[in-house]
Amino acid sequence: MAKRNETSRETMTLNNQAPELARSEAPSELLRELVAHLRQNRTQLREEWVVRISETRLLTAMTKEEIFAEATSVYDSYVEALETEAFEALQAYARNLSERIIPRGVETHEVVGIVLLLRDVLARSLFAKYQTDFKKLNRILDAYEPAANRIANTVAVGFVQERERVIRQQQEAIRELSTPVLQVRERLLILPIIGVIDPQRARQLTEQLLRGIRTNRAKVVVIDITGVAAMDVTVANHLVQTVEASRLLGATVIVTGLSPEIAQTLVTIGVDLGKMNTVGDLQGGIEQAERLLGYKVESLAEPR
Amino acid sequence: MEVPILKQGAVLIATFQAALSDADLNQLRMGLVQQVVKFRSRAVIVDVTAMDVMDSFASRTLREIAHMIRLRGADTVIVGIQPEVAFAMVQLGLTLEGVATALDLEEGLAYLSEKFKTTS
Repeated sequence: MAKRNETSRETMTLNNQAPELARSEAPSELLRELVAHLRQNRTQLREEWVVRISETRLLTAMTKEEIFAEATSVYDSYVEALETEAFEALQAYARNLSERIIPRGVETHEVVGIVLLLRDVLARSLFAKYQTDFKKLNRILDAYEPAANRIANTVAVGFVQERERVIRQQQEAIRELSTPVLQVRERLLILPIIGVIDPQRARQLTEQLLRGIRTNRAKVVVIDITGVAAMDVTVANHLVQTVEASRLLGATVIVTGLSPEIAQTLVTIGVDLGKMNTVGDLQGGIEQAERLLGYKVESLAEPR
Repeated sequence: MEVPILKQGAVLIATFQAALSDADLNQLRMGLVQQVVKFRSRAVIVDVTAMDVMDSFASRTLREIAHMIRLRGADTVIVGIQPEVAFAMVQLGLTLEGVATALDLEEGLAYLSEKFKTTS
């Protein structure tokens, strides 16, 4: 990070090396002046920013008070980042913000939008302050712009990173909800599938099922896909292959709980219905499996 | 390597020992088809537990054996296909249609005795 700061300072120096500008202040001094200006006008600039935010209809999912509170902390971290050129704090803040407001339905473009708005508001105030001294304005902007752009970048990246981290975490959680192969009766297995099946998960399922058939010496397997809303052609084909592979191991597969969409997919790929044994729901599937295995389930109590 | 064919009651049992050459498979086919009538067997069990690869020739031969034996008046059960082999076969489209399969020899015998009961 220290190294990156150095390079950023270098670029700033390069920007300032326009020969016609006789410089009296080093860029760091300019930044200090800038920060002092932003601190002095904190209340007014922040107000202006909040007004601009509501004008552009950003952060509509949040209340006015919340926007004001967020604006205050963003403003302060912003100024601090300008002053210290340390972006970690701001990045951490962006992550934290992301964690807090994504569930509220705040979109990435809104967060990027408000940071860019703040950049513009501050730039405008600089124009207003140095309108009489054009050269100085130029130098101040030279110092301000790279830092401001980096801040916008940092916040956006931090926000998106957090979002991606959450998505990754959720994907892992879904994958870890491994699909159990359960024995309900002697020689009868059920495989309830819930959630989205991607090709990778489909392969894992098949492996588990075939191994389960072998270790439990199953004769009948009920695959319940009530919890699967839809599957693409690849996965549907995989399901058919799983059924056939199970047959090669001597087990009959009953598929239950096909949604209309999945039925449509299976018909589209032209599945051989003679090979697919399907029953409407899991209960029906288990009942049929019991019949195949020669079980007869009776109620002990006399029917009243 | 030749595949031994054992007679167990009304059933002939052929157990694959390892990967077989095409010639071995042809020989097995002829042996089974001849012996099934010679011993008046009612069924044939082909045990492929030891096979960890099943190519298209082997798979086709198994299906042919089953169909020929059907024509000779007996049933065939293929037993002991490994899970990995089963899925590889299906992916190659080698599904042994119309051929009975069972988990292992014991299951195959149970399947046949069930069948003998209903047909005799």
